[in-house]
Amino acid sequence: MKAQEIFERVRAKLGDEVATNLHEQAGGDRDAWFQIEPYRIEEVASLLKTDAELHFDYLECITGIDFPDDKQIHVVYHVYSYAKKHRIVLKCMLDREDPALPTVSSVWPTANWQERECFDLLGVLFDGHPDLRRLLLPDDWEGHPLRKDYTEADEYHGIPTVRPNPIELFALRVPSKAGADAGAKKES
Amino acid sequence: MSEVVFANEMDEEMTLNMGPHHPSTHGVLRFIVKSDGEIIRKAIPDVGYLHRSIEKIGERCTYPGYMPYTDRVDYVAAMFANECWASACEKLMDIAVPKRAQYLRVISCELNRISSHMIALGAMAMDVGAITPFPWALRERERINDLIEELCGARLTFNYHRIGGVSFDLPKGWSDKALRFLDMFDPAMEEFDRLITNNDIYIKRLANVAVISATEAKDWGLVGPNLRASGVSWDLRKDDGYSVYPELDFDVPIGKGLVGTVGDSWDRFWLRCRECCESSKILRQALVKIDEHPEDDILGKLPKKLKPVGEAYARIESARGDMGCYVVGRGAEEPYRVRFRTGSFTAMGIIEAKSPGLFVADLVALIASLDVVAPEIDR
Repeated sequence: MKAQEIFERVRAKLGDEVATNLHEQAGGDRDAWFQIEPYRIEEVASLLKTDAELHFDYLECITGIDFPDDKQIHVVYHVYSYAKKHRIVLKCMLDREDPALPTVSSVWPTANWQERECFDLLGVLFDGHPDLRRLLLPDDWEGHPLRKDYTEADEYHGIPTVRPNPIELFALRVPSKAGADAGAKKES
Repeated sequence: MSEVVFANEMDEEMTLNMGPHHPSTHGVLRFIVKSDGEIIRKAIPDVGYLHRSIEKIGERCTYPGYMPYTDRVDYVAAMFANECWASACEKLMDIAVPKRAQYLRVISCELNRISSHMIALGAMAMDVGAITPFPWALRERERINDLIEELCGARLTFNYHRIGGVSFDLPKGWSDKALRFLDMFDPAMEEFDRLITNNDIYIKRLANVAVISATEAKDWGLVGPNLRASGVSWDLRKDDGYSVYPELDFDVPIGKGLVGTVGDSWDRFWLRCRECCESSKILRQALVKIDEHPEDDILGKLPKKLKPVGEAYARIESARGDMGCYVVGRGAEEPYRVRFRTGSFTAMGIIEAKSPGLFVADLVALIASLDVVAPEIDR
């Protein structure tokens, strides 16, 4: 099925307001995508999976992207169908201050960990997720590192996060000949 | 086996900590195992010990400058992350790759696939108690490392592929050496099968252990050998036909349940053995066909400045299955967002669901048979 047909089918089944903004494969968009109303993503997901014509049985990837300029966070779903051999990209655009949308882990269990990772690194809340804990970072980590405005803390439990530049350290201990000459000139 | 009924009300649940430095966890992984005697009620994976924030680093590197970091996504099979990053950038910037470079990519990747599977097979045999196959497998891997070292100068983190092609052409006489290696490798695989794959004790140990059905495998996003072992015939090399794979003749082995049920641990082991043989077949063809294309035409034409606008998602078949790279550019020298989707990450997700009812010793077999590699989970 072409992207246009998939888009039309989703709209026909769930209403026009659910899916909008179809971008065909053109220009900068190397894969066709369309936008989904965030709070209805679970319905769309279960339609995509159960509909005999669509039959998207494989959720490839969930990605979160932070766009501070637009005050948005995008959650991007790459889905594929083994049976029908077609693929589509869905995007949900969330408010950056309060990013939340329903989980799709009830539809594709593989979303469980991918959503946890997205929560961990970008702070997107997935409503109804069975186990929304941090995945990669420690439980007491502060902030979400893949946000563009994230600043690293100076230390974590007394472990400094910044180390002195090893090249400078090396130059301090073993002064090179050129460096020593330059130093001598300065003194004179 | 998801429902476990405990008849005895007086049972005592025991919490067992496995890892992060357990020898069978293939890197640093930790499992919190809740068990009743030998039977697992729940095994909760705790990952992140090898998190190096490769995706964040990507936002601070230039497009070509990110290549060495992709080696570290999966250091057992570094060639694939290289290729995945290169093909994502090529897709984003419409760069054509010369045929010779594509063949060089296929050759380097298939060699790497064999060497990665050798680690997987040897380590799995060792995890369930057979020591001998591990050095046998490493012997073959060592020869491949020598070949790749001659090709690109590195033995583990190759940094061989470039956006638009590869960095070096074949050295003189390399093809003959590679063919001689394959002539030794094919009988060695038969020997390996006699040693361990068809070994009675090994079959009894692994048949019908931790069976993953085709539906489960799809739902949990298993990819590559793990998916195919469950009986789903799906290989990006065949079905997507990227690079020059359509010009090469090879089969996609799928799990048949020869000694037990389709999708059991033995099937996953057996399938990796068969894949090594198929890779050897691909290599033999590629080493001949590469001569049809002019020498030193290994790098495509790149724009002077790599400042793309747009987004692309590229996928390749790595040793651990479908590896995807999603890259978003916004007209700067650095990518705006990089995302790697890896096979081990999703394979790790299924362990919590599959573990209830297994024996503690079988959990080790399950982890090993899924061939999870810790750096690829954490990135």
